[in-house]
Amino acid sequence: MIEVRNINKTFHVPHEVKALVDVSTKIAPGEVVVVCGPSGSGKSTLLRCLNRLEHADSGHILIDGIDVLDPKTNINKLRAEVGMVFQSFNLFPHKTVLDNITLAQRVVRKRSKSDALEKANMLLKKVGIQDKSGAFPDNLSGGQQQRVAIARALAMDPKVMLFDEPTSALDPEMIGEVLDVMKTLATEGMTMVVVTHEMGFAREVADRVIFMDAGAIVEVGTPEHFFVNPTHERTKLFLSQIL
Amino acid sequence: MAAGRISSRPARFRRSTKMQNSRNHRHPNRPESYNFWVGVFCVGVFIVLGLFYFATQKIEYNWRWNRIPIYFVYKDQIEILSEIDGEVTALKKDGDQTLITIKDINLTETYEIPAAGIIRVQQGEIIAAGDILAAYSQWKPGLLIIGLWITLKLSVIATILGVIIGVIGGLTRISSNPALKWATIFYVELIRGSPLMVQILIWYFVLGTVINDLLAASGMGRLPAFWYGVASLACFAGAYVTEIVRAGIQSIHRGQTEAARSLGMSYAQSMLHVILPQALRRILPPLAGQFISLIKDSSLLGIIAIRELTKAAREAVSASLQPFELYLVLGLLYLVLTFTLSMAVQRLEKKMAIQ
Ligand SMILES: Nc1ncnc2c1ncn2[C@@H]1O[C@H](COP(=O)(O)OP(=O)(O)O)[C@@H](O)[C@H]1O
Ligand SMILES: [Mg+2]
Repeated sequence: MIEVRNINKTFHVPHEVKALVDVSTKIAPGEVVVVCGPSGSGKSTLLRCLNRLEHADSGHILIDGIDVLDPKTNINKLRAEVGMVFQSFNLFPHKTVLDNITLAQRVVRKRSKSDALEKANMLLKKVGIQDKSGAFPDNLSGGQQQRVAIARALAMDPKVMLFDEPTSALDPEMIGEVLDVMKTLATEGMTMVVVTHEMGFAREVADRVIFMDAGAIVEVGTPEHFFVNPTHERTKLFLSQIL
Repeated sequence: MAAGRISSRPARFRRSTKMQNSRNHRHPNRPESYNFWVGVFCVGVFIVLGLFYFATQKIEYNWRWNRIPIYFVYKDQIEILSEIDGEVTALKKDGDQTLITIKDINLTETYEIPAAGIIRVQQGEIIAAGDILAAYSQWKPGLLIIGLWITLKLSVIATILGVIIGVIGGLTRISSNPALKWATIFYVELIRGSPLMVQILIWYFVLGTVINDLLAASGMGRLPAFWYGVASLACFAGAYVTEIVRAGIQSIHRGQTEAARSLGMSYAQSMLHVILPQALRRILPPLAGQFISLIKDSSLLGIIAIRELTKAAREAVSASLQPFELYLVLGLLYLVLTFTLSMAVQRLEKKMAIQ
């Protein structure tokens, strides 16, 4: 489903940072991969390279057989197939919950108004906030906002979902409701790449855990391997800090 | 707390809502002296006005406010004159009008008199060319109203064009294409770096001459001064609006664009549906300020013989020799225009903020 081959990304401003160094990995359809690692290790950059919010300097990225970095690729079409959920929700504050979810369906997928509404209502029910459809994002709690953001991404019927620390901006009591939605998605067979420090989620849901440090993948393994006997010192150090 | 931090609602809205609240509330713990100082203010205003009046009396200025209304509306006396010598052969009612037929030896003329007309001739009367057949009076807009109308028309058209220029300019200003970006910077710096008066002169006497000569050469009519005035104001405001729009777009959090683009929206779609609607709310107050300036700046256009409000007032002054009244009224009229605009924008802002 996703194939990443030797990608590199260096930021030059404000100062030179090698955010990704020769990163390669493969993600199978239906697989749930958790990416973890210390702050600044390049997790977000990796995720953002997958839908070309950041343009990798070199290497290859294939999603469902489509070359992400090929300038001839219709990037908007590709992005519609790759849902993304941000740490800071990024809901459109001037639109109601319902409009947030129907907007891209209408302008990107060209769905009719009634189809888009039907889909939106179905998804709101799925994420458990159908009663807030007329509200504006600022009047929702963080957990509710993030669930709307997930619904907004799902409305495009993506083949892959990318989550960049979806719960780190949330108050602790709201983390569970968002993780529950993600767990449901995983059991339904969605291909997911999740950057998170929620190790409980990783243990329970992940097929694979990727540990990154300083822009490189340090260790990859099943959750059992990862939590029971990590091989690298840096992984052990990180786990000891986080668990 | 975390959710509050990343809430993308602009801080200005919250502040302005709060201000409105405090305006609507009666202050519960106002100091006793509050009313006293309100009184001081009112008395102060009266003293200043009184002193001014006293000073004008000292220089023996003759206030004649009763002469001013005619510059708003006046009753125009219209007389219908016969163009030929001859006999009035018929006075015929035709609906509301009256038709007067005059016969000479070899020609006949018919005059239509509107219902309000008072007929001054009788059937069979022999009249000479230039005699009054009928007279009536009609309300007509005075100089100030004509000027006000032109100022309004100028300002509205220039504002619309200014917004169009500004939105396009704001977008090209942040474009990654250097040709677009530098062209916009060049335009903005050019306009902001020279006086509006000079720009008006260039628009009319330089560009206007070239354009009108080219138009004439290709067999088309000249463009009236009005349009050069509109162009100069629109380009002037457009440069400032460009900067306002640019700042507005850049003030929207990057995450908004990223969210829109990650859903597959194109750059244009994300601008249209996500960024510009949010930016617009934010730039409404500075935009309103810009267009209030535009109304005031239109007073310079008298220099290229556009009869806008100020020019009209000056004409009225040379006719009436009542500069004090007319110029004070002139200032008041501009105040009415700008105040109306700022009230309208405030209402719009409130309506948008509630959403
Ligand atoms: N747009 C950017 N411009 C400059 N440097 C960046 C940018 N985005 C990320 N970086 C840098 O790249 C490195 C990796 O960042 P990131 O991928 O956000 O890490 P993580 O998500 O693991 O915390 C960090 O050193 C960060 O400062
Ligand atoms: Mg990150």
